[in-house]
Amino acid sequence: MAKITLNAVSKSYDKRAVLQNLTLTVDHGECFTLLGPSGCGKTVLLRLIAGFETPDAGVIHIGDDMVAKAGEASIPPDRRDLGVVFQDYAVWPHMSVFQNVSYPLKLAKAPPAELEEKTRKAIALVNMQGLEERLPSELSGGQQQRVALARALVAQPSIMLLDEPLSNLDANLREEMRFEIKELQHKLDITVFYVTHDQEIALAISDRMAIMDKKGKIRQIGTPVEIYEKPADLFVFNFVGVANFITVNKQGNTLYAGTGAQAIPWEMPEDIASAAMNWIAGCRPSDVIIARPASVDKSADKGADKYLRGVIKRASFLGAMMDYLVEIDGAHLRTALETHYAISNDLLFKEGDECAITFHNLHWFDAAHMSEITE
Amino acid sequence: MSPTSPTSSAIKKDSGFGAAQIILTLSIGILVVVVAVPVLLIFLNAFWDNNNDFNLAAVVKVLSEPDTYQALLNSIIIACGTTLGSTAVGTFFAWLVTRTDLPYKKFMKGMFLVPFMLPSFIGALAWKMLLSPRAGYINRFFMDTLGFDNPIFNIYSYAGIVMVEIMYLFPFVFIQVCGALEHMDPTLEESARISGAGLGTITRKITIPLVLPSILSGALLIMLYSMAHFGTVAVLGIENGIFNIPTLIYEKIHQSAGSFESIRTGTVLASVLVITAAFIIWMQNKILGKGRYQIIAGKSFRPMELKLRGLRIPLLIFCLAYIGFTIVLPTAVIFLVGALPTYGLPFTLENLSLENYKFILFDFKVTRDAIFNSVTLGLAAALITMFAGVMISYVIVKMKVRGKGILEFLGMLPFSVPGSVIALGVILAWSGKFGINLYNTVWIILVAYIARYMAFSLKANSAALEQVHDSLVEAARACGATMWQALRDIVLPLVRPGMLAAFFLIFLPSLRELTVSIMLYAPTTRTIGVAIYTLNEDGETVRSAAMAGVALILIIVGQTLINRFTAKHKR
Repeated sequence: MAKITLNAVSKSYDKRAVLQNLTLTVDHGECFTLLGPSGCGKTVLLRLIAGFETPDAGVIHIGDDMVAKAGEASIPPDRRDLGVVFQDYAVWPHMSVFQNVSYPLKLAKAPPAELEEKTRKAIALVNMQGLEERLPSELSGGQQQRVALARALVAQPSIMLLDEPLSNLDANLREEMRFEIKELQHKLDITVFYVTHDQEIALAISDRMAIMDKKGKIRQIGTPVEIYEKPADLFVFNFVGVANFITVNKQGNTLYAGTGAQAIPWEMPEDIASAAMNWIAGCRPSDVIIARPASVDKSADKGADKYLRGVIKRASFLGAMMDYLVEIDGAHLRTALETHYAISNDLLFKEGDECAITFHNLHWFDAAHMSEITE
Repeated sequence: MSPTSPTSSAIKKDSGFGAAQIILTLSIGILVVVVAVPVLLIFLNAFWDNNNDFNLAAVVKVLSEPDTYQALLNSIIIACGTTLGSTAVGTFFAWLVTRTDLPYKKFMKGMFLVPFMLPSFIGALAWKMLLSPRAGYINRFFMDTLGFDNPIFNIYSYAGIVMVEIMYLFPFVFIQVCGALEHMDPTLEESARISGAGLGTITRKITIPLVLPSILSGALLIMLYSMAHFGTVAVLGIENGIFNIPTLIYEKIHQSAGSFESIRTGTVLASVLVITAAFIIWMQNKILGKGRYQIIAGKSFRPMELKLRGLRIPLLIFCLAYIGFTIVLPTAVIFLVGALPTYGLPFTLENLSLENYKFILFDFKVTRDAIFNSVTLGLAAALITMFAGVMISYVIVKMKVRGKGILEFLGMLPFSVPGSVIALGVILAWSGKFGINLYNTVWIILVAYIARYMAFSLKANSAALEQVHDSLVEAARACGATMWQALRDIVLPLVRPGMLAAFFLIFLPSLRELTVSIMLYAPTTRTIGVAIYTLNEDGETVRSAAMAGVALILIIVGQTLINRFTAKHKR
């Protein structure tokens, strides 16, 4: 059972607190992604689990074993049954691909036949057959990363720690490797702890994920769908996916778009009457519905008041998609719709055209938190 | 996200508190015993008098004595002349081989680096044979054959000393400026050209300012070297009473058999050298730190080349003449004089024989011992310094232990302590003062060599260790390797080239070492350098030349082997 548990863990460098009182559980056999902006302490967390760092406070368990506790001698990395892939690959330049990959088995004193077989298998797993005798200097960045992956896998550790392992691959290979990691996780029934700042990968690969902010605090833990559809706060909303923010003004218990007098056509926040704060509306470009004002006026059932009136400020044709920037009484938002849909529904706007806007989905946030994401 | 995140790495953890502290203590211990104590003793002897009082007046008094004052002045005159000359020569040739269409540039570049290998005191010997006022072959040719009344050039002069030093030191500037010119991004110059600047303007406004830090840093290196340089001044200056700081230290210690007053003078002069050296190194770091690497990219470009047109052939002839005059001629003279029965005879076929070479290699105990001593001392010093250097660099570059700051400071020390200072300090430290008397034994030379060459080892090894990223070790740990297994399987193989480089960087120069050995040798502990020097002093010019010839062959063979070896490893 390779369940990873961190309990009230803190770590600081030179009095700068990187992680404070952090508690996190990664279940056995799941692919858990830690997603956060650069410099937020994700790697530190991974290094704590690996045993390259010791916590200043708190306890870390792997399975039933306590591997680290502040102030006590910790179990060294070589006895934690890990596979680690580093951001900079850390492929040993003086060893061939085969030697690199077989090293963990050599240390484990595997019999030669078994060593040979397992190494070949791991190399095959990452599609590196035929390159066994190459030196790392003769490999591309992506190939080196695959060697690092094979090396981390070969001894079949119960936990894989991956630190941006796909960062240096080109888009196609990244996608391919993403699926491979996922497949390996299922095939070998291992726990994967994946650190990245790339939300796209995180959404695609994770069983569960955690969003960490710049101060090393975890904002939300959940499945990718939960994180995307029900963001806990403005930071999470902004960090995962493309975000539109619509400034509003409050008159009584109603919020109006921009500085104008058009009420936002969405259910008002529950505590609008009691909470004394400034609100802001957030939505994904794909949650925006755009229409011709004339067609909206005609459709009697929906009612014109369900729509906001705006002006197209910029229209960009991106091939498969049309991308519009819309202004509504001083508030701006972006929307994207498929080109063929736009054509067939007469939604090819020009700059300066009037348009009508409503939403599939919309979130209310405290505007005071905007400073967190804009700095 | 910083993957190399601050502080501790896997290395710290499991070497454990104890092991890390032991290694640190050992490293500090080595540097303290080998370098810090000798230097400290020099300062103590210089600034504190017999009553253990800090006495600055006495220091001033020593410095204002006519001969010490003159030596200081001479050091400065010679160093300035050498620096200016070498900088001009080095920069000019560097520009010629990187930025013009001069023919055979590659060959020229190689040849201009040859003086690096040649010991300058052997060069000085050669020039003495060519240009000494009475007996020098060139002067004699002009007087005897062409009927001149006076010698055309007296090598026993400031001009002579500076000329010889320039010939052997200019590569320091040459190599730095070549590097800068080769690695300078040509778009910087191209954009100036597009903006309508002429070549003259580009050179003046773009190229020179960009290369200036390299020129200055090379010039400072030469200044440092020349201030502390013993060989050339010893061979050419003493005849006419020209002493610089190192030769005066030697004179004081050697001639007056170590009286208190002479040691006093020696330590004061040595202190001046150390302080000057530290200042020069500080300046150099400042200049180099000021953004040289921002304008010079790491990879080589194909730079703009100036068409020399009509000057192409004359400049080629000039370069060849320079190489012939400064490298081929002196080397040839050494071998030829070494083949004569008596110095001064013409180089006719009947006069030339291998008798001297046979004699010094097989029959003469002094020279045979010297060769044996130099080779064994060199091997021992290179091995010890290599291992000590790799350990100390490891602590400095890789380990995160408390008290590392002390080691970093101590590690800087070997770089700023010139040879004659080390020799004097070693005498102070190992002449029984602390219960161990190594004076007049081969061991004191070994200790001094270790101190002298520690800087080379630290440089080569820390450069190699810096290439070994922490994550390589961590990856091994994550694969299940213990700290020692990771060191054995990952760190050691990767650092081995650096260690080998350190070994050769120490072994070869120690074969021709003079400055330190001359102050420490006893009748049975001569080194090759000492043997050449003393034979020459004793008027045994032909044997001295033969010995120098043997040394040159040793050096050239050694260097060729190393070049072969490193070329193979670079592939």
